[in-house]
Amino acid sequence: MAPLTVSDLRKSYGGREVVAGVSFALQAGECFGLLGPNGAGKTTTLRCCLGLTAPAAGSIALVGRPVPQEARAARARIGVVPQFDNLDPDFSCAENLLVYGRYFGLHDKVIRARIPRLLEFAGLAGKADTSIRILSGGMKRRLTLARALVNDPDLLILDEPTTGLDPQARHLIWERLKSLLADGKTILLTTHFMDEAERLCHRLAIMDEGRIIAQGSPRELIAGQIEPQVVEVYGEDAPGWAQAEAGRFSKRCEVSGETAFCYVADAAPLLAHLAERPQLRALHRPASLEDVFLKLTGRELRD
Amino acid sequence: MYQRSLRPELSLRALAVWRRNYLVWKKLAIPSVLGNLADPMIYLFGLGYGLGGLLPQVAGVPYIVFLAAGTVCASTMNAASFETLYSGFSRMHVQKTWEAIMNAPVSLDDVVAGELLWAAAKATLSGVAILVVISLLGFVHSALALWALPAIFLTGLAFAALGLIVTAVAPSYDFFMYYFTLFITPMTLLSGVFFPVDELPAPFQAAAQAMPLAHAVQLIRPLLFGQVPDAPLLHVAVLAGVAALAFWIALILTRRRLLS
Repeated sequence: MAPLTVSDLRKSYGGREVVAGVSFALQAGECFGLLGPNGAGKTTTLRCCLGLTAPAAGSIALVGRPVPQEARAARARIGVVPQFDNLDPDFSCAENLLVYGRYFGLHDKVIRARIPRLLEFAGLAGKADTSIRILSGGMKRRLTLARALVNDPDLLILDEPTTGLDPQARHLIWERLKSLLADGKTILLTTHFMDEAERLCHRLAIMDEGRIIAQGSPRELIAGQIEPQVVEVYGEDAPGWAQAEAGRFSKRCEVSGETAFCYVADAAPLLAHLAERPQLRALHRPASLEDVFLKLTGRELRD
Repeated sequence: MYQRSLRPELSLRALAVWRRNYLVWKKLAIPSVLGNLADPMIYLFGLGYGLGGLLPQVAGVPYIVFLAAGTVCASTMNAASFETLYSGFSRMHVQKTWEAIMNAPVSLDDVVAGELLWAAAKATLSGVAILVVISLLGFVHSALALWALPAIFLTGLAFAALGLIVTAVAPSYDFFMYYFTLFITPMTLLSGVFFPVDELPAPFQAAAQAMPLAHAVQLIRPLLFGQVPDAPLLHVAVLAGVAALAFWIALILTRRRLLS
């Protein structure tokens, strides 16, 4: 049984179609990423999948059940980490887990038996009775992740799980998510961090303006969507240089501020050319998912 | 396109929401009860003895006894209103507690029902606490007063449901001031809490009959005096009707706010 299948999902707000025909399907045991700039429709897609809002059109099957018709029963098999922490500030860590488990109809005895392992998983062993008001941002995120596991779900849905965390905290979350994948869980996450997607996701879909504009494994997307090499050229003269000379070496060269991004199949001629221009600094690197993302969604700000 | 049914989608999971609020309350139970008692008791003693000293008997009893019965009703109303407005809004809008709950297999309707039952329970505790105090002071004489317990709970349900409507449409905490100033306070004055309704000019007496609090007072005060209320079924029906209708309206409005 597929954990989640979404077909031609549509949803409008105030006459604007924020999800405009989205289709994707998760396979059991994989991590699937929804990438997109702010306002791409990622969170709305997740809300539809959970049955928290009714789509205008399309169909959703969540753990084999039609949503929103049987959303409540489907959610019994799902764990959710929302974009913004909504832990209960009046409770300790253990109480947060206990109370949340009750929403799944679990008996206190069952939940209490799971709490020590969940806290340990979250790196919060020994903090059972600590009020969440004094937890750091990273600790709260980990507790939210532990809370999403209280019902031992088949599918975890995470909305920007590491937004706002420092690098140490992000790495710890990634490591935990990987161990969940190793345990056979399926994960659906949204993110706008490319390194996160590249590290965690077996497959991903890039969304923009309510549509999926590319789908595949990170490697496939990089190979299929973009030139393999990037030379970044920095310096005050970089924009002028890019306009005058870059076209000789690179079919596609994008300027952003004082940096020119030159996408090339073979970087050697360009690097030789740049070696004679010491006022320009250059960085040569392989193309990444971020380059794919920026190519597909553009460089202008999305607010 | 999927159309959500207008019928409430309720389950026993509502009780898990109730238990969540109870667990929070338990941590601060004693200050909470004392806080709920202090304000009405100050008014009861201040007005009851101060003003009551100037008055002859009101409705056949000393003024403080008359006022004590009204205070039970008004406190129940206030407790239900405060819980669904300020605390409910915190949980719905500020802390996003409701959103967290709805990611579990709990419907929004369950959440709102849990809040309704919780606020009614807390309001009952508030009304009963005053009832206990005035009984100890000897203002309550009859075992009929035990019938006031379900009546207090019903009053709590009605005002909790009304409060949930206001919370469903509130943009911020400031909005609640309108509800208290334009609805709760005038109703308290019109409903016979402080003085008998028949002291009012005729049009206001008619208006009072439309107020749920007036029905609560007409139901509960006689019970505390050891009398069977006039038309008890009418008062019960009005309070139950307000509770049911207001709960349904609150559900529709809350769904529109959170599930669109």
